[in-house]
This record gives sequence, C-alpha cells and structure tokens, in this order.
Amino acid sequence: MKACVVVFPGSNCDRDVQVALSNVIGGPVEMVWHGDSEMAATDLIVLPGGFSYGDYLRSGAMSARSPVMREIIARAERGVAVLGICNGFQVLTEAGLLPGALLPNAGLKFVCRDVRVRVENSQTPFTNSYEQGQVLSIPVAHHDGQYFAEPHTLDAMRTGDQIAFRYDDDNPNGSLDDIAGIFNQRKTVLGLMPHPERAADALHGGTDGRGLLQSLVAALA
Amino acid sequence: MKARVHVSFKNGVLDPQGKAIGLTLANLGFAGVGDVRQGKLIELELAESDAGAARKSVEEMCEKLLANTVIENYAIELEDD
Repeated sequence: MKACVVVFPGSNCDRDVQVALSNVIGGPVEMVWHGDSEMAATDLIVLPGGFSYGDYLRSGAMSARSPVMREIIARAERGVAVLGICNGFQVLTEAGLLPGALLPNAGLKFVCRDVRVRVENSQTPFTNSYEQGQVLSIPVAHHDGQYFAEPHTLDAMRTGDQIAFRYDDDNPNGSLDDIAGIFNQRKTVLGLMPHPERAADALHGGTDGRGLLQSLVAALA
Repeated sequence: MKARVHVSFKNGVLDPQGKAIGLTLANLGFAGVGDVRQGKLIELELAESDAGAARKSVEEMCEKLLANTVIENYAIELEDD
C-alpha cells in the first residue's frame, strides 16, 4: 500500500502520522509539499494536523486553495482515499470534500486531552477493524473543532451513515450532534478532530487510534 | 477603487466571541445590549475603476476565499479613491 502525507506551512503532526502509518504499513510513507502540483500514484492521501498558514482567515482556508489541493480534489473524485486529521479535517471542509464547517470551540479554549469517541460506522475502509459502537480513547488538540452543518446537511449525513465518530458523552468543543468525524457519501474521505496517530504506540499511553490505520491497510493494501 | 468586505457568522451559527463581548459589556454596566456578533473586515485596493465589474470580482473573491458561505455571510462596500 502506498500512502503520502501532505505538508503545509504550519503543519505539525505530519511526521507523527508518517511514523505511525509507516509502522503499520511496514514501509515508507512519502511526504508531499503543498506547493507541488504533481503527486506520485498513491492509495491514501493524509492531510495532517497543525496550524497551516497560522489559521489565518479561517482554519484550513488557505491550505484548501494550495496548488496540491487541486490534484487531491481530482483524486478524491476518482475514489482515492483521503484522511484529514484535525487541521486536515478543517482543510477538507474548506475544500468542499466534506460537508459543513469547523467553528471555534464553544468554550473558546484550546482543548488538549484524551476524549472518548464512539465508532458510529464500522463498515468503511477507515473503520473496519473496530466494532460498531466501540468506544475509543484518542487525544484531541484543537481550538476550532466545533463541527457545524445546516439541518438538511446533517439529516442527509445521518441517512447516509456519514457520521464516523461521535464524542461519547465527552464533547470537548460543542460540536453539533457530538460529531467528532465524518465521511463523504462514498466513505472514501474521512475527516476527524481526534488524533489517531497520537494513540498508535504503547509508548503514547494508548493504541486505540492504531485501528484506524490498520483498517486502511486492510482495505487498501 | 477600494472595497470593504464585512464577513459575519450567519444567524443560527454560535458566535462564542460575540457572546463573551456581550457578557463583558453587561459587566461594565452597559445595559440594554442585546445579541452581539463579532465579524471581520477585509479591505481591498482594486485596480478596477468600474463599480459593477469591481463588485462582481469581489463577490467571486468572497465565494472562493474570503467567506465560508456554509457559516458566514458577506457584505461588500465600494468606495472611489
């Protein structure tokens, strides 16, 4: 399985996710600079966490218009798997690859702690190694994680099983319907606020996030 | 020509900063302040001198970058130099 991690100016979880993915895949994971307009063939594109462009204007707004995003949007439309973590999730909504938007946390504070998240759909390339309804402990670290969507968008996502993860009685940011992560309609794009790459090794203090990466290997390898 | 773009959260979108400003105003003794919403002001200098063309171009900028129309409204003001 081939995977690449996109690096924006201000990304800071790019290497963490590269290491975590590489350990699960058992091979190298390529880094792609945001200014590149070409990218080698790949099975998985990861948009990492961080504060790309200093969150100027809106979190993810500038990165979503980076040269490399045109190529990523084209590949996502062809069905290539795309995973956006934290700032990567913000970029995916700004780019229109996922519905809705991420607003500043309701409590206006940066939240950095482990949260309990529930797997809401385990029948996808991103979640097949989890049980339906399984509760995971994964860290969050964000200021703009309050998911918002219009009522008709939320209804469509519920009907289409597009809600990937919900906070399990542990909502750190006031997100709509306790949403922690969502899929596109085809379940080929996932965006989530929690950081699975920070719970992927026993030394991290937990390994609940590793299943997400293992699911991708099982589905795409 | 100059353009001023006002970007604000749509009704129904929680604006915690606006809420905090409202509470602080009340704490300072300003009575009778209702809902407070905080927005952004973006000022642009444009080479275009035709108002119609300038507005059209700024609208496109708003749709493509300056506002996220899922959560935000925008209003454009034009001013001759």
